[in-house]
Amino acid sequence: MSNEGQKMRMVKIYIMGKMYEVPEGLTIMKAMEYAGYKFIRGVGCRGGFCGACTTVYRIGNDYKLYTGLACQTTVQDGMYLVQIPFVPAEKPVYDLEKLKPTASTILMLFPEITRCVACNTCTKSCPQELEVMDAIQALIRGDIAKAAELSFDCIACGICSIRCPAEIVHYHVFQLVRRLYGKYMTKKSRHLEERVKEILEGKYDEELEKLAQLGVEEWKKLYESREIEE
Amino acid sequence: MYELAQKVGYTEEMRKSIEKVEETRDRRLKEVFERISPEEKEKLLKEWHPDYRPEGKRPLKIGPSKGLMVPHEVADLIEAYPLIDPDQIDLSKIDYDVDILIIGGGGAGAAAALWAHYNGVPADRILIVTKLRFGDANTKMAQGGIQAADRPNDSPLLHFIDVMGGGHYANKPELVKLLVKEAPLIIKWHEELGVIYDKDEEGNMIELSGGGTCRRRLHAAKDYTGLEIMRVLMDEVLNKGIPVLEFSPVIELLTDEDGRRVTGAILWNLETKEYHIARGKAVILATGGYGRLHIQGFPTTNHYGATMDGVVLAYRVGAKVRDLDATQYHPTGAAYPEQIVGLLVTEKVRGLGAQLVNAEGKQFIYPLEPRDVVAAAIIRECYGRNKGVITPTGMRGVWLDSPMIELIHGEGTIKRYLSAIYRMFARFGIDPTKEPILVFPTLHYQNGGIEINVNAQVLDGNNKPIEGLFAAGEVSGGVHGKNRLMGNSLLEINVFGKRAGISAAKYIRNATPGKLTLNHVKRYIKMLKEAKIPPKRRAPMILPEYRGEKVLSRAISLFTP
Repeated sequence: MSNEGQKMRMVKIYIMGKMYEVPEGLTIMKAMEYAGYKFIRGVGCRGGFCGACTTVYRIGNDYKLYTGLACQTTVQDGMYLVQIPFVPAEKPVYDLEKLKPTASTILMLFPEITRCVACNTCTKSCPQELEVMDAIQALIRGDIAKAAELSFDCIACGICSIRCPAEIVHYHVFQLVRRLYGKYMTKKSRHLEERVKEILEGKYDEELEKLAQLGVEEWKKLYESREIEE
Repeated sequence: MYELAQKVGYTEEMRKSIEKVEETRDRRLKEVFERISPEEKEKLLKEWHPDYRPEGKRPLKIGPSKGLMVPHEVADLIEAYPLIDPDQIDLSKIDYDVDILIIGGGGAGAAAALWAHYNGVPADRILIVTKLRFGDANTKMAQGGIQAADRPNDSPLLHFIDVMGGGHYANKPELVKLLVKEAPLIIKWHEELGVIYDKDEEGNMIELSGGGTCRRRLHAAKDYTGLEIMRVLMDEVLNKGIPVLEFSPVIELLTDEDGRRVTGAILWNLETKEYHIARGKAVILATGGYGRLHIQGFPTTNHYGATMDGVVLAYRVGAKVRDLDATQYHPTGAAYPEQIVGLLVTEKVRGLGAQLVNAEGKQFIYPLEPRDVVAAAIIRECYGRNKGVITPTGMRGVWLDSPMIELIHGEGTIKRYLSAIYRMFARFGIDPTKEPILVFPTLHYQNGGIEINVNAQVLDGNNKPIEGLFAAGEVSGGVHGKNRLMGNSLLEINVFGKRAGISAAKYIRNATPGKLTLNHVKRYIKMLKEAKIPPKRRAPMILPEYRGEKVLSRAISLFTP
């Protein structure tokens, strides 16, 4: 589907220090493949949802260290790329049934969050542009709901954890926080409770069985005469 | 936001078309495009849906589903020789010996592990093996939602009819029955595990319509629904202490001496290249689908490992396959910018009111017809009627008028409920709250697969369960018939993952560890030879090949014999 005859413009990139020429406009991931890398590590969904392709880079003489997802970032001339496909981190094991949705639960499992010096490096490094530091600070204040909301779009790439001077493993902290919030702090859905009860009582069993036996012609009639809710 | 120098934005030419979209927007806000009749649907699909192109398929030459029409890309892998020579593998040393071996670390695998554990199997008697990392699966990429008929004006019966109609009545009704009946129980289970679903202040689920559903029944977690479910299931598997072995794809199943009962698998360490032997009294296949086969050259929404390995391995044992002729092309894959071509733009965008419009700013299909119908209509608009928008790389697409969502539901709706989509386009200088996005169908889902029964047991050519082998999720077929509806895949992996876990837990109570042989592979090689299949073809694929042509033409292997 590409335009024939149109000459590709090339850019120079440095993959772990070695220079390659690749077509302009590719993502870092596709550029590395073009250059000949077959990924095992540092690749997952290729769509910005799994956090497997964390990449750290510098551009030319710019002093800044940039971070991004290889599948969602376009190559630029002079990019020095390093992939960080793995963040070593221990996940504390817990039984959610026995936990309470309080600040002390979080502090018990993740005492290091109190070491947050509010440097904001985590926020600056987040490829999802989340307010990571604000979420940690909310937890220190005991605001679980706020932390759950701020961290909801976290894809657990771990870039923040690598850069954090307090050595907080943010994505593990946030996972617990969101589960506590989801389980204990949101209201239960009444309709859902009622429907579950009906199903467990077998209310639909007989009708479903009959429906399943009807056959194509009858299903067609039912399907085509459905009333559709707008 | 996203200040990096990668902003692309729209070209001048595209902007001209956007002006037309803007001109008609106010009028279209009040306009409901009429749904098409069953006859028109039939005609549209026949003429424009890629599944209906006879040149894209051929009948399988061998095995229990001989004669079944499947895409060439699928046939090439099924009619292929093993990666290993069965006589060269040492099966005498067992590296992992468990009761339940789960192959695949996505949503179905995780659900199966948890339910097996709930049903009495100790954590250390279960092993999940996965090709990449735990959770690297299409589950994480599912955006829009999960169906469950729990509102008072809805019922499992209506859900059943929607699924059957959407699947062109080719579904296995007993599987659909289980799907719709279990759905609310799954949502309840998720709530207990702490999955955060979108709710109003009273705790009522916020539910939307999906294509082909007659009720608002989609439960969502913003547009990160799959991610939210997957990460909670993963966290719970790890909390329970269930072992997970990563970067270890299965390259062959193992069977007992007569090659009928599945007793284990050969794992291959992707990095060190060594093989390991795993024995399991029961084996659960949860390996996902075939998006990365790029059927008919389409781009895909799927994760890197979606190469249909499970179907290939099970077919060698004698599993029957079905509905593999039906591929789901998601109507709205990103068509621009080039960097994200093929990535998913969730159906929820249409669920929230965005219409599909052509280059002239006109609607051409009701946006929430079933997926195959909408996909066919977009292809017709671009290639039949020439009313698509052409991108700088020559790709065609139609507009998905996302700014309508902000007009209908209020400013901020997109950032709140579609933050993944917002982020995906904002990264490239396109603001979906103000500008429409360009879309074209993309390869999304394997509708068919290995045939299973209601206990998630894999069936052979005579519809008899293959002892020791279970399957759940996209690898299996029958639930969705010829076309899956939105929100039923996240549901399926949970319902049938659960069912596979429970069934396997029951099965192992009376099962002893089996002998480990590759007799079924030898049998299959014989069949391949008799059918004169070219010996060069090898499977499973494990990972797709995306290296540059220049590199591949000169790449040589120096250190392996």
